[in-house]
Formats: sequence, C-alpha cells, structure tokens
Amino acid sequence: MLNHFRVLCMLSCFVPCTAWSAWEVNMTTGVTDTSVAVYDLHMLVFYICVVISVIVFGVMFWSIFHHRKSKGAQSHPFYESTFIEVLWTLVPMIILIAIAVPATSTLVDSYDYSESDIDIQVTGYQWKWRYKYLTEDVDFFSVLTTPDEEIYNKQVKNPNYLLEVDKPLVVPINKKIRFLFTSNDVIHAWWVPALALKKDAIPGFINESWTRINTPGIYRGQCAELCGRNHGFMPIVIKAVTEPEYIEWLAEQEMQKTQLESASQKEWTLAELMTQGETVYKKNCAACHQPTGLGIPPTFPALKGSSIALGPIEKHFDIVFNGQSGTSMAAFGEQLSAVDLAAVITYERNAWGNNAGDKLLPADVAEMSGANK
Amino acid sequence: MNTNIVEGEQAHSHGPAKGIGRWLFATNHKDIGTMYLIFSLIMLFVGGAMAFIIRAELFQPGLQLIEPEFFNQMITMHGLIMVFGAVMPAFVGLANWMIPLMIGAPDMALPRLNNLSFWILPFAFLMMLSTLFMEGGGPNFGWTFYAPLSTTYAPPSVTFFIFTVHMMGLSSIMGAINVVVTILNMRAPGMTIMKMPMFCWTWLITAFLLIAVMPVLGGVVTMMLMDIHFGTSFFDAGGGGDPVLFQHVFWFFGHPEVYIMILPSFGVVSEVIPTFARKKLFGYHSMVYAIVAIAVLSFVVWAHHMFTVGMPLAGELFFMYTTMLIAVPTGVKIFNWISTMFKGSMTFEAPMLFALAFVILFTVGGLSGIMLSLASVDFVYHDTYFVVAHFHYVLVPGAIFGIYAAVYYWLPKWSGRMYDESIAKLHFWFSFIGLNLTFFPMHFVGLAGMPRRIPDYPLQFADFNMMISGGAFIFGMSQLIFVYVLFKTMRSGEKAQHLPWEGARGLEWTVATPAPYHTFATPPKVED
Amino acid sequence: MKINGRLLKISQPLPLAVICVLMFGFCFLLVPLYSVFCDWTGINGKTSGPYQSKGNEEIILERKVAVQFVSNSNENVSWPFKALEDRVDVHIGEKRQVEFNVNNVTDAMVVAQAVPSVSPSEAAPYLHKIECFCFQQQVLAAGESKNMPLVFFIDPKLPKHITKLTLSYTLFDVTPVVDTTI
Repeated sequence: MLNHFRVLCMLSCFVPCTAWSAWEVNMTTGVTDTSVAVYDLHMLVFYICVVISVIVFGVMFWSIFHHRKSKGAQSHPFYESTFIEVLWTLVPMIILIAIAVPATSTLVDSYDYSESDIDIQVTGYQWKWRYKYLTEDVDFFSVLTTPDEEIYNKQVKNPNYLLEVDKPLVVPINKKIRFLFTSNDVIHAWWVPALALKKDAIPGFINESWTRINTPGIYRGQCAELCGRNHGFMPIVIKAVTEPEYIEWLAEQEMQKTQLESASQKEWTLAELMTQGETVYKKNCAACHQPTGLGIPPTFPALKGSSIALGPIEKHFDIVFNGQSGTSMAAFGEQLSAVDLAAVITYERNAWGNNAGDKLLPADVAEMSGANK
Repeated sequence: MNTNIVEGEQAHSHGPAKGIGRWLFATNHKDIGTMYLIFSLIMLFVGGAMAFIIRAELFQPGLQLIEPEFFNQMITMHGLIMVFGAVMPAFVGLANWMIPLMIGAPDMALPRLNNLSFWILPFAFLMMLSTLFMEGGGPNFGWTFYAPLSTTYAPPSVTFFIFTVHMMGLSSIMGAINVVVTILNMRAPGMTIMKMPMFCWTWLITAFLLIAVMPVLGGVVTMMLMDIHFGTSFFDAGGGGDPVLFQHVFWFFGHPEVYIMILPSFGVVSEVIPTFARKKLFGYHSMVYAIVAIAVLSFVVWAHHMFTVGMPLAGELFFMYTTMLIAVPTGVKIFNWISTMFKGSMTFEAPMLFALAFVILFTVGGLSGIMLSLASVDFVYHDTYFVVAHFHYVLVPGAIFGIYAAVYYWLPKWSGRMYDESIAKLHFWFSFIGLNLTFFPMHFVGLAGMPRRIPDYPLQFADFNMMISGGAFIFGMSQLIFVYVLFKTMRSGEKAQHLPWEGARGLEWTVATPAPYHTFATPPKVED
Repeated sequence: MKINGRLLKISQPLPLAVICVLMFGFCFLLVPLYSVFCDWTGINGKTSGPYQSKGNEEIILERKVAVQFVSNSNENVSWPFKALEDRVDVHIGEKRQVEFNVNNVTDAMVVAQAVPSVSPSEAAPYLHKIECFCFQQQVLAAGESKNMPLVFFIDPKLPKHITKLTLSYTLFDVTPVVDTTI
C-alpha cells in the first residue's frame, strides 16, 4: 500500500510539466506564403516516403512471413536480373525528379531580391540578438527574460518558458521584410519556424533573407547554431502587427528614447539605482556571474568580494563597458543604455555585502566612456 | 564451395606469444582485430555513458543535473567518441579479422603498420578524455567543431583535441592503406575482384574514402591549430579569412566520413542475409556498382550540411540535386537485399535479426535523408532534432546493428563457441525497442521546433523528451546484455559446430573452428 | 644506403617528402585560393580588392541601383563606427564616393581592419572598389575620429533582377598586442 503511494507520488512529479506540453508531431503551415509552400513540399515528400515504405516493407514483411524455413519454404535460385536492376534505378530517379521540381521552385522563390519595404539588420551576440531597423532610428537588444528561478526549478515554469524576451522584434504584416544577418562573435543562426526562415549569422559577413507575414501574431524561435554556453537561451520573438500599430510602435520607440535621455540626466538615488541595477543584472549578468555574485570561477569570476567591484570605479566601468579581451566578458557599452550601465555597476558595487558605498550616475556614463571626446 | 576443414594448418605454426607482449607487439590480424573490437566496445560504453548524462539532463525541462558548459562538453565528446572511438575502430577490427580469412590470405599485407594503427588509438583517446579534466574543460563546440567557436572561443584543451584528431587520422589512414594493399595484392589464386565477398568490396571502397578524406580532416584541424597558436586567419574574417571555409573543408571530409561509417555495415548485411536466407546475394554486380557510385557521389554532396550558410542559388541547387541522387544507388542496395530474402528459406538467428532490422530502420533513416536533401525544407529541419533523428537512425540501427550482426555471425568461428541464442535475441529486441523509443520521437520534436545541442527546452517538447530519455535508458542498458552474452560465451559457451550456419559460404568457413592462430599459410584454390 | 642488408632507394622517399611539404604549404595557400574562388563566383559575398582597370569603365547607364551601407563592429570593438550616408542611389557605371566615420574613444592607439561583405552574394563580383579604407589597416590615435572614404562603381554586367544591394563593413581590432610583462 505504502509502495503504491510512493510510486504515485513519484509519478505525480511528472504532472506539472505535462500541463503545458503538447504531443506535436509535425511542423506547422506557418504564416507566410513561403512557409505554406515549404509545408506543402514537406508533406508531399513525406507522403511519398510513406508510400515507398509501405511498398518496400510490405514486400519485406510478406517475405519474412512466407519464406521462412520453419514454414517449409525452399530457397529458389535466382541471383540477378539486369532488367529489374535498371527498373529500380530508373523509377526512383523519376520519383526524385518529380520531387525536385517543386523543391527547386520553393528554393528559387527564397532568392527573391525585389525591393523590400523594411530592412532589418539582425546581429547575433553571445547570447542575445540585436535588431537594427535600417531606415528608422531603432536599434535594440533582445534578451531572454525567463527567470533563473524557473530554469533551476525553484519556480513553476510559465507557458513561454525559454521563448520570451524583453523587447521583441515588431514588424508590420503584408510588407516585405528583408533581414541582413551577421554576428558579433561566433556563428549563430536566426530561426523562426512560423516563417520557415533560418539563416546563419556569420561574423564578418552578411547574409540576407526575406519574409512577408500574412497574419498578425507573436511568433517564437530559437538560435539554431551552437554558439557556446547559452546557445539554448537566446530566443527570438517577432510580433507581427497591422501597419497602424507598427507606426504607433515606431513612435513609441522614439518617445522611449527621449524618456531614456531625460532619465539619464536625472539625479538617481542609490536605492533607485540598486533596484534598476538588480533587474539589469539578472537579465544580462546573472547567467554567468550568477544571481549570488559568486560566478563560476575561473571562467566567470565572482563579483562578490571582487577587487574590481570594490576597487576604482573607472576600472570597473572599463571592464563592463569595453569587455575583457581574451575572455567571455562582452563589451556591454553598446548593449546597455546609460541608465542601465550606471545602475548595474552601482548594483555590483553594493550588493551581496560588497557595500563599496559609491554609485554611478547615468549622466556620468557618457563622460566615462569617452563619448564626449 | 568446399567447406571442409583444411588440415595441416596447425602442424607448422607455433602458438601465440605469452604474456602482455602478445598484445603490445601483435602482428597477427586476429589479435589486432580482437584488440580493435574490445577497444571499440569500451568506447561504446564511454560514449554511451555520456549519452546517459545528456538524456538525464533532457529528461525534463529545466537544468537539474549539469551546467550548460558541461552539457556542451558531453554532446561534443559523445559524438567524437562514438564516431572515432566506437564505430570506426569496430569496423577496422572486423576488417582485420575477416579480410584475410575471406580472401584466403595468411595475414594483412603490412602487419607492423597494423600494430601501430591500433596502438595509436588508446593513447589518442586517453588524451581526448583527459581534456575533460583540464582547466576550462574539454571540447565543447560539437563534434563538428565549427570555427570560430572552436578557435578563438575554445577552451585551452582544444590543442589536445587537435592532436587527438591528428593521431586518430593517422591510425585510420595507415589502416586503410593496409586494407587496400591486402585486398589488391593478396587474394587467393582464382579469386578475381568480382568473386570477392561483398564485405571485402565495401572495405576496399571505404579504405579509398579514408585515404582521400582523413588528410583533409588533418588539414582543417592543422589550420585551426595555426589560427589558435600561430596568428593565422584561415577562419577569421578580421584577417581576411572566412568561418565558412572551415565548414567547407570540414564537410568535404565529413560527408565521405559518414559513408565510411556505413559502407562496411552494408558489407556485413550482404554476408548475413544470404546465409540466413540460404540464397546467394541478389545482383552481386549491381551491388558493387552501387557501392562505387555511392562513394563517388559522396564527394560532391558535402554542402548539404550547410544549406543555411548563405550559399548562392546555383550552389544550393547543385548540392540538393547530388544529394537526392545518392538515394538511387542506396535504394538499389535495399531492393537487392530484399530480393535476396525473397523466395529464400529464412531462419531468424541473432545475426539475421540485426541485419533485417538494419534494412528496415536504415531505410527509415534514408527516407528522412531524402526529406533533408530538399534545401528549402531543410531551412526548417537544419540544426533541429529532425537531423539528430536522421543520423541516429542511420548510425545506430545502421552502423551499430551491422557491427552486432557481424559479431554474432562470426563469433563462433573466432572463439569456437556458440553464444546463447535466446539471450542474444533478448539483446536484439530490447535494443530494437529502446532505439525506436529513443530516436523516433526525435523526428517529432524536431519538426515541432526543438533545436539541437540545447541543455534545456521550451515546455511543448517535454513529453516526447521524457519518452526519448526513457528509451535511451532502455537502449543503453540493453547493451549490458551483449556484454553478458560475450562473457557467457567465452566462459561456458557450447562448442560451435564447424559450420555454425547452414547457409554460410565463403573461405572464412573453411578454416577450423575456432580459427587457428595462423590460417592460409598456403593459399587455397578458388574454383567457382 | 643499406637497411637490413637491402638497398634503400633514395629516390623513393624524397619525392614523397616533397609532396608532404607541398601539402602542408597547400593549407596556407588555401586562404588566398579560397578568396580567389569566392571573388570569381561571388560566393559568401566576398568582394575583391582594389579594382583593376579594364579600360571600359566610362560606360554609365540609365539603370539605377540602390546601395545600402551597413556598419558592424566585431566582438570587443567599442569605437563607434558608422556610414555617413545610409544609402545612395547610383547609376550603373557611375563613380561615387561615400564616407565612413570611426571614432576611437579609448585612451590608447588602436589599429582597425574593416572587412567588407556584400549581399546578395551574387552582386559581389560587380561592386568595384576603386578606393576603400578596407584595403589597409587604419591606425587611430587615442581619441581620434576619422572619416574614411570609399569610392566605388557598379559594373554594367550586374544581373538585371538586382535593384538593391547592401555593402556591410565589419570592424575588427587588429591592434598589435604589446607584451608588457617582460
């Protein structure tokens, strides 16, 4: 009785994760004409493969059943037939040529260089994406926001676990969007299944691809090329909206920029910087330096009690802003706003018992980075 | 074919040397073959243990057991060990044991080279495994080690990884040269090239592939070494190089490599099915031409691993067409095997079970390969679990089952003892069920959108991943049944008959059981 | 010479050794060879070095092409780098100059290397650069902000279906590392 109970308890551990899972067995048709064509081609080849399997395995199983020695089957001596060899060379060739026709046309369509409505440069970083709208003044990073507590099983996982970001890519429907892919460090790959679009992001080179989304919605994807530690933790979220909504979003971005400028001029208190800093730290730094600040030495040094976090603020700033050559420490200067930089540095200097006592104001960031030169 | 024992073999030969010297200084093809096979079995379990760790972490979403850095090391090492430590050495071991016996030669052409080829491997793999304990950890960039992740961003142990690859490559090249020279020069009088057993044919072609492409792997890995330590920029755009150059050179090796891993398995199946169907192989000539066609085509398909890299349209179309084409000779082989069975008189001992499972499941892998060859759809499949499913289907029920079929088939001749048929069948069925539970659902999660090489995944993939991990556990544990069968055979196996399999034909069955230490000191005459 | 009483032919190992050395050198040759192959086919959007005059570059056509400029920095390069014009519309054959600005905001001298890439890659062989800051390494003193020119034109043979192409530069930090530990 007790054993049954124990087994039931154990099995019930599996219940929570099944709550959101689906037994999906196929790709979806997606939301672009390309994705529908790709889906159709996939299904065509799949059905052909099924038919081939049924015939081939059918003959094989029939033979296994009927040509058994235990059933008294005698071995018939026939060892070759040029005719049949030619036949089963030509017939598969013809089937393949038949498949090659739609395969060629879907591929040719993906190489469409007609004028696009919007050009977006997508840059892969370890481990986040950067989106720059080439004809607007919009340039932002898109970082995973799933909290560590969910990843390390301290909290129940939300339905968009590992597929949520702070700032999604926003694009209008029914417009041709041209993407230019590159990378800041190693090879990444940008992939959104609903668009049937996957392209490698290669450092030093640009690749291009295009899409035209037919249906508004939120589409999620993941990085599709091993790029280091957090390869599985740099998702893509693209939000397709109607054109008026898109124009509204662009205006919002403009407004946010202005707000950020004025926020960086404000006199922030230590408490305000610490709160903001903690959010920034969790999103950008905790993956390597850990929420506890203890890091994973020697690759990811501890910040708690570190001579850098407690030493001269200029040196601390330099490492955060410019990165550290020869290590995994990236240059966050271009990734974080002045407010976020000031906040996270202040946080690192005062959290976990560090208590350096000083703070950095967003207004001073420009000076420290030398941007005024 | 005369299957009577050839007497007088033992009269002139002295037995094997005593002690460790027998193995360290072995020049006997049977001893070297045995060492390769034992080494391969050990590596199978080492690679398998890594698979266990991978699947244990992937059992549920979230990070439970290991950190992402270590996970990346596990997937990398699992791939490297299985490819270079388990599959390839196993086939070389089979080649060593069986090629001289099948062609009526006393040994391989270059016995001392043979010894060196083997002994490089334990040291190479010791070095590679030791990188896991070095500062910064072992290789963590996937078994395909793309630059710049494997150059600029690699842990310090990458240099040892590079030297390991050099060593393994050397071993393979020397072994391949040995195979070619042996087959071309030492066949018994009367055994023309078109009378040679299929296993020898597949190994002849495999050996040429090895000689052609292992140096390319050595080259790419040396370029990596130069980039890391000597300031060159082969794969660094900043210095005028190109990360995509790495991919081209690597896959120029990598694609023929996967045919290197499967062709000998084709050879084994071509030996086993005729024996257990009691019917000669159907279409011997076609089978030979098909292997040659596959080998030649394998050189012009490499960029199908790179469809998303940004190649021009003409390039993508070319590689799509050649990849589709390679399905034709492969299909011819499948049809020929089925025609061999058809209207034969079949029994289903363990070797036959593995060979039949090969035909079915390798075909499944091949069909998913056809799906993958379509470049525009590959944009959806690439770097997802659909690819992982494909290559595990062609490698596990493909290469590995071929190896098991060969071992069960020839073990009576090697050891003079019969293995326990019921337990061997148990090994087969648990492996069959386990592998299908493991790898079939990978097609589904791949299509549903799960990328490769991730230690944690979104929730919609959870159910299938749990099933996959369960299946992996079953498959992994079933291999212990095989080890048990081996032990039981060696300790208390029934004495094997001279001809354990009624339908077996071939020179290897004409020698005594167990095969004497030296065989065919005088070449046999081959009539038919 | 004799080994084990048998004559070793010196002519046999020597060609083999030479081949070994040649193959090793071939590895190094692969980089320029690959570049040549890429230039010739336009694979990967690699564009060639300085334009070699063929004498017929006075042809200017009615047809216009949009050329978009994109700037990137690699890894830890923190010097702001941007094109002064995002996009120009040029006639085929028309020579055009545009400028890029890089601002060394650090306290030390740096050396930058710009690496060009063109998309679509099939347009790459038709973008001719007469003068480009990517041809040599650029030295920037501490605090220096530099405007760097690019002079280019589009070859008349550019495929008809291409109406817009993107030229991207990625800036790499190639400052020689000075070892101060000695």
